[in-house]
Amino acid sequence: MTMWKSVLAATAMALATSTAAMAQRTDLVVGVVLEPPHLDPTAGAAAAIDEIVYANIFEGLTRIGPSGEVQPALAESWEISDDGKVYTFKLREGAKFHDGTDFDAEDVKFTLDRARADDSTNAQKGLFEAIETVEVVDPATVTVTLENPQGSFLYNMGWGDAVIVAPESAETNKEKPVGTGPFKFDNWAKGSSITISKADDYWGEPAHLDKAEFRIIPDAAAAVPALLTGDVQAFPQMPAGDALPQIEADSRFEVVIGATEGETILSTNNKKAPFDQLKVRQAIAHTLDREAIIAGNGSGYGTPIGSHFSPANEAYVDLTDTYPHDIEKAKALLAEAGFEDGIKATLKLPPPAYARDGGQVVAAQLREIGIELEIIPVEWAQWLDQVFKQKDYDLTIVSHTEPNDIGIYARDDYYFQYDNPAFDKVMEELEVTSDQAKRNELYKQAQKIIADDAVNGYLFQLPKIGVWDAKLEGLWENSPIQANDLTKVQWAE
Amino acid sequence: MIAYILKRLSIGIATLIVASIVVFSVLEIVPGDPAQLMLGMNATEDALAALREQMGLNQPLVMRYLDWAGGLLRGDFGQSFTYSSPVIDLIAERAAVSLPLAVIALVMSTAIAIPVGLFAASRRGKAGDAVAMGAAQFGVAVPNFWFALILIYVFAVWLRLVPAGGFPGWEAGLWAGVKALLLPAIALALPQAAILARVTRSALLEVLGEDYIRTARAKGMPRRSVLWRHALRNAMIPVLTILGLQFAFLLAGTIIIENVFYLPGLGRLVFQAITQRDLIVVEGVVMLLVASVIIVNVIVDLCYALVDPRLRTR
Repeated sequence: MTMWKSVLAATAMALATSTAAMAQRTDLVVGVVLEPPHLDPTAGAAAAIDEIVYANIFEGLTRIGPSGEVQPALAESWEISDDGKVYTFKLREGAKFHDGTDFDAEDVKFTLDRARADDSTNAQKGLFEAIETVEVVDPATVTVTLENPQGSFLYNMGWGDAVIVAPESAETNKEKPVGTGPFKFDNWAKGSSITISKADDYWGEPAHLDKAEFRIIPDAAAAVPALLTGDVQAFPQMPAGDALPQIEADSRFEVVIGATEGETILSTNNKKAPFDQLKVRQAIAHTLDREAIIAGNGSGYGTPIGSHFSPANEAYVDLTDTYPHDIEKAKALLAEAGFEDGIKATLKLPPPAYARDGGQVVAAQLREIGIELEIIPVEWAQWLDQVFKQKDYDLTIVSHTEPNDIGIYARDDYYFQYDNPAFDKVMEELEVTSDQAKRNELYKQAQKIIADDAVNGYLFQLPKIGVWDAKLEGLWENSPIQANDLTKVQWAE
Repeated sequence: MIAYILKRLSIGIATLIVASIVVFSVLEIVPGDPAQLMLGMNATEDALAALREQMGLNQPLVMRYLDWAGGLLRGDFGQSFTYSSPVIDLIAERAAVSLPLAVIALVMSTAIAIPVGLFAASRRGKAGDAVAMGAAQFGVAVPNFWFALILIYVFAVWLRLVPAGGFPGWEAGLWAGVKALLLPAIALALPQAAILARVTRSALLEVLGEDYIRTARAKGMPRRSVLWRHALRNAMIPVLTILGLQFAFLLAGTIIIENVFYLPGLGRLVFQAITQRDLIVVEGVVMLLVASVIIVNVIVDLCYALVDPRLRTR
């Protein structure tokens, strides 16, 4: 009798587990390479912060969608005055912060005023610089007045650094983020994982997943077994190393090579001899063989670029043929500039593989025309200090991962030390233009100017190597902004 | 005995003070501005200034050292720049992984090494000795991260007995925690056991050549009793020395293993903190490691006295 009981129990158990397995799965473990230092996107530049919280926990007035387009978020709609200076935002009603407090116009005012205050530690304070005043009209309406028209204002408000926070929780967001998104923060086991779960009463379409865990796996050697055992079901940015072909061959997984906003360039010190001479920079541009550099960049993937602009953007123009690969021409240009005997210079390389490995290829290519590069590996902290801040460098390789950042070429004192009034003029015009077609036209002009000036060596767009379970749907193919948006992710039935 | 302990302790404290000055000044010389690193390339100059003010980076060096050292004495390790939580909490969380890992690895390596060493010494020159020492040689030569990867592929990917890495936290239960630490502990313990087995064997062989061993054998004592009662005890001093060194190594030197198994331990913490220029965390962890090395050395000294009665009366 007892034996029968246990057999029955076992059968019941087996049935229960198999039906559970057949029901749609609602949990997910996502592997991420870097642990965020904290979880407040309004107080740090680390991409790792946005890759957890953006769109999942926090929302801004607008948001950036999967193809880089501006979508309404906490602002349901908006009106722009004819002079382009006054934005009136109609806010989403019924939205709540995860601590139960209501979202309203006061929160918007608080957020924007906090980000542009004197003691603000917002890493992208420049996004808010154009704002003159923020006024609450009624709980569901806010007007933002700009000092001068800014064509990119709506896009700027979609950055992770511009998400709306509440005065009650702003100070504690670093440890315990409280936003308005479809997921709420659960737990952060430092060094190990961050867990979020579906928020109650979300104002919009609720998330499909009940629970998601971001597991921090810094090493390629550890990431591959984690995927193969099923411990982790998705790596939006897989540190696969040379194991990628093995994963591609496995039908359980899907490998999606997308584009990031990371223009990987051979940054050149435009004020330092001999790189202050256009002919020298053109010679370098003629020498760089992008396909070979991509093949040697550590992953073997990447899209060649001829200027500082993402191929995924609608305003992109292909300028890779501005200075076609031509060694003889390059040598001639170098001779014209007075360097028949060659040039000796340094190449400072930060830690990522695209720089350290790609740098070897670049150095070998430039050797062909007589430019001898001494390779100096640097850490990020040193890079920021020596190259970025003190501009103590000749050449360096780095990926500029901020979205839509061609405007940096107009900045005074930026580390390329590029200075061209014609380019600055295009950027000024762009600032006061909000018509999309005209903006695209101006973006194209800007790309052309810096490509012709060969400001930097334009190499390739950094790839986004996404690997996930083939049954998963809704993960982003490209990353037009730093984010791992899980709001539409679900398991196929 | 008490004078002996006091002397060891005062040397230890002096070492700690010197170490604190060295650690603090070395990290101040390291290039890189923590504020710039946190706010990134697009940060404006006034945002950077505001952050430096917040972090107290504007004060003079000596003031900051005294603040920090005074804090250490009160058990206050300061506030992490990047995590903005108390350093002592971070260390406590991570030590809950690293300490058990080091202890398990140490117990494993001792449990393997001493019997192997005894076995090899008692069969000196015979086939058993050659096999044991050959295996030990292999254990010393194999890099532990490679061995770790092989373990992962066999036991996690292929046999599915244990997770491939990660740590569920002790709140997930004792067994779940130990299970997650099992492979990393084996990967750490094997090279240590190999070294320890070789040391045990050679220490034993040296002792076995002593006169009193011959005397013991001559008075008719069985070989096995001589080995256990006279030889092993006297051979323990070099073995203990190595054990003490190994514990410090296990605690501090787990960076690679913690990366391969993505365990949230002290090694990972200090590695992350260095790359993010979270100097106060680096300082805290390094000081803790220095202190633990000193403490372990004192304990080893006391253990010498246990195995060697002559030291007790000194």
